[in-house]
Amino acid sequence: MTGIEAGAPPKRPRFVDSAPYHPDDDPTDGARPELDAPAWRLALRRLMRHRLAAASGVFLLTLYLMLPFMGFFAPYGPNEKDIEHLQMPPQSIYWFDEGGFVGPYVVKTDAKADLATMRWTYHEDHSVKLPIKFFCEGAEYRILGGLFTSKLHLFCAPEGGSVHLLGTDKVGKDVFSRILYGAQLSMIVGLLGIFISFAIGVTLGGLAGYFGGLLDAAVMRLIEVLRSLPELPLYLALAAAVPPNWSSLSVFLMITVILGVLDWPGVARAVRSKFLALREEDFVSAAELMGASPGRVVRRHLLPNFASHLVASAALSIPAMILGETALSFLGLGLRYPDVSWGVMLNDALSLSAITLQPWLLTAVAPVVLVVLAFNFLGDGLRDALDPYSER
Amino acid sequence: MSALLNVENLRIGFRGAETCTVEGAFFSVHSGETIAIVGESGSGKTLSCRAVMGLLPPKAEIRGGSAAFCWEPGAAAPVDLLQMSERKLQRLRGDKISMIFQEPMSALSPLHTIGAQTAEVALLHGVSRRAEAKRMALEAFERVGFPDPSRAWSAYPFELSGGLRQRAMIAMAIIGQPKLLIADEPTTALDVTTQALVLNLIKQLQADTGMGVLLITHDLGVVANVADAVVVMRKGRVVEAGDAGEVVGDPAHGYTQKLVAAAPKMAPKPAPITSLSTPDPILSLRGVTRIFEERRSGLFKPARRFPALRGIDLDVPRGETVAVVGESGSGKTTLARIALAADRPTAGTVRFRPDAQREDLDVHALSRKELCAFRRSAQIVMQDPFAALSPRMRVREILTEPLEIHRLYDQAERRARAADLMRRVGLDPMMIDRFPHAFSGGQRQRISIARALMLEPQFLVCDEPTSALDVSVQSQILELLEQIRRERGLSYLFISHDLAVVGQLADWVAVMRSGLIVELARPSALFAAPRHPYTRALIAASPEPDVSRKIDVKAVAAGAGEPSSWPEPYRFDGERAPELIEAGVGHFVRAAA
Repeated sequence: MTGIEAGAPPKRPRFVDSAPYHPDDDPTDGARPELDAPAWRLALRRLMRHRLAAASGVFLLTLYLMLPFMGFFAPYGPNEKDIEHLQMPPQSIYWFDEGGFVGPYVVKTDAKADLATMRWTYHEDHSVKLPIKFFCEGAEYRILGGLFTSKLHLFCAPEGGSVHLLGTDKVGKDVFSRILYGAQLSMIVGLLGIFISFAIGVTLGGLAGYFGGLLDAAVMRLIEVLRSLPELPLYLALAAAVPPNWSSLSVFLMITVILGVLDWPGVARAVRSKFLALREEDFVSAAELMGASPGRVVRRHLLPNFASHLVASAALSIPAMILGETALSFLGLGLRYPDVSWGVMLNDALSLSAITLQPWLLTAVAPVVLVVLAFNFLGDGLRDALDPYSER
Repeated sequence: MSALLNVENLRIGFRGAETCTVEGAFFSVHSGETIAIVGESGSGKTLSCRAVMGLLPPKAEIRGGSAAFCWEPGAAAPVDLLQMSERKLQRLRGDKISMIFQEPMSALSPLHTIGAQTAEVALLHGVSRRAEAKRMALEAFERVGFPDPSRAWSAYPFELSGGLRQRAMIAMAIIGQPKLLIADEPTTALDVTTQALVLNLIKQLQADTGMGVLLITHDLGVVANVADAVVVMRKGRVVEAGDAGEVVGDPAHGYTQKLVAAAPKMAPKPAPITSLSTPDPILSLRGVTRIFEERRSGLFKPARRFPALRGIDLDVPRGETVAVVGESGSGKTTLARIALAADRPTAGTVRFRPDAQREDLDVHALSRKELCAFRRSAQIVMQDPFAALSPRMRVREILTEPLEIHRLYDQAERRARAADLMRRVGLDPMMIDRFPHAFSGGQRQRISIARALMLEPQFLVCDEPTSALDVSVQSQILELLEQIRRERGLSYLFISHDLAVVGQLADWVAVMRSGLIVELARPSALFAAPRHPYTRALIAASPEPDVSRKIDVKAVAAGAGEPSSWPEPYRFDGERAPELIEAGVGHFVRAAA
């Protein structure tokens, strides 16, 4: 409190804070060292706070890194037939014997045809214990499309036994191994499809957004026409047009192209509107007033500020690609034998008897659901993390 | 008499943070008086008032203190607003306490008419009949000065101007006859003349109803004009409180002294009064007109034409600062864009002469190469330091980019120059590898200035460079700009809405209104003897941190209206405006001869 002047008594007591005052330590002019990092690192920090998204990201990254080496993790080849065990239900792995831990082993399983019901029945013979082998030699597989070949597997069936973790289908193919091999095609379809769709979408959307005018109108009308075509019949027609005598690689590429070509309009629209919004930003007009050329403005100012947006929307569109491939293959119009994808596997489970008698054939749905959910969580998390206003 | 509202030892913190954002704030409001809480951004002034209303952001929590509210002092026991349940508070809000916000457009629902929104307040607080509510709303509209209350009743918010929208907000706030009105920066988004009228309206309503007003503001000028008492806050603490006249007139705390010193005053830079005939203008505009065409609203309706600039003649003498002052919509930003060839005039020319020996260039008829050279010599500092720097680039990249674009110097030299300019604008060159988001608003504006200087231009357009900044930062930035101009012999075209800011550094002031220059003079002449009614209104409306100089509402009302309401000989209707005539030496005014 300071002294009250005599003469004119104030209506109110005067208060003056007695705490020390440092004029230099300005409350509004303090740098914020916690923000002292590139925008992507700040975004990553925010993403890590988003537990589900971070976990999904780690899961997907691991899965993609594993893709080339799926043969190592799969005990059987994708089309390797175990004719001794047809339509076998998932097999049990045992760890304990007579109360003691002995490590994983399987027991000898004999198949018997039940001629009354026309089904295979399996009988476990617990007297023959067969320990699972690790880092063993098995069927030869290719890494990176034939760059290397290897016979080494993480684990394989013991002599005279089998490891069918998720059972086998009607010709004795191991479902677990096929799911792993199927991941290769199904998940790469997603990436390649998104790549094609974004290549077309970003180019056309960017041109429309930056130059506007007639080009903009043309691109927008094209999008409207494409969007007005009924989607499913179009997919079917395009997929059916793939000649049946094409090699499996060409069919695969064709399917990704179809998926990409039908997906780009959404991307182009998003890119265009983002471009239109960013063009009005002060830092863009500042660059233009510095004399920057349109190319430079796009490269240095528009794209970096908008790459994050693309990443998030890509993560949200990949599931559609994966589901598209699964759906086409399930309908028999996509990938075909001898290729393995999750859709092809579901196509094998197409009959009613499969659903009632061999429900384990439907386990290929599980990875589809997991991957699609993971991409959705990751995409949501990325979108929040990349929004600079998500934190107060 | 006990206080209407008595807040004591209020402490507010954000969840997860140990320190309190508001630490022991206190203030009290009595019936019929106005208490102003003053502070810069981050001082906790808004948070404190929101706590009273129970409107804190979700992450904030009250950690202590009390807010005793007693709407009938003597008759009822005071209640503690901080302890009250949400339902009970809801009954008080809008009835006994009401609030008006800074941005009237976002505080009003765009889908309902003003009338329906205002009547709803009455219906929510005990009026049962719609007809009665409507009558009350119309009465409120009349009291807040709507010229035609029944038209206001059926108007949508987007149909009204900013000032009328704020009046509608006030009508909503007073319809329940509140005992306490909390006004959170009620005039910050408004033009200065509108601000004067709205402040006057609040004052009048207060005199009529005897309500207490709690005014949150950053502007000491506003405080000096309307407040009885003032509470100065800084970093969540009250640093000084007392009678408005005493605190503003004789500040005791260091921070208050700094604020008062930084507040812009109508003190023009002394300059000899000379005529404007400059032999060597760096930039000269002749008859610059810009007409925007609205999109056609119907197939057969002609497109509406909106003239943003109507024949501007203006010279920027070499080495001097010409300020263009006007309210929003006066065309001043369009003028800046045209001067820098970011936009083309519909008619007229802009000529630029980089130095006295060379011939002048028509800015809008340059070849690509010449335009590139022009960009080197004419640069801009923008208004919003948060939007003007790309968030993905480090400060070093931001500063070296202009040199990269013009292929000047090698990498090492560019970096050396960037570091040197960082120092010149008062930033530590060690910070050059940081990203813009790590800097405060004032620091970012320094970076913008440094970027504009990288190309060593001769001419700089400053487009409201300080209007997004706090007062104390504003004065620093203005000083920096003036210092740079002196050192480098630059010429400025300075765009502003604030006459007081302009007065500090302009050599010439051009007052714009409706796309026309209405008065042009040296600031000393302009401030001492303004001639045009609009200039007089602007000067009269500018609040100064001086209790003895109140806003002259009469002068504001006389000049702030449409040109058709101005007195003779300044009055004009429609398109035909009188000419700019020389009324004194170097003092031009638009009036009929």
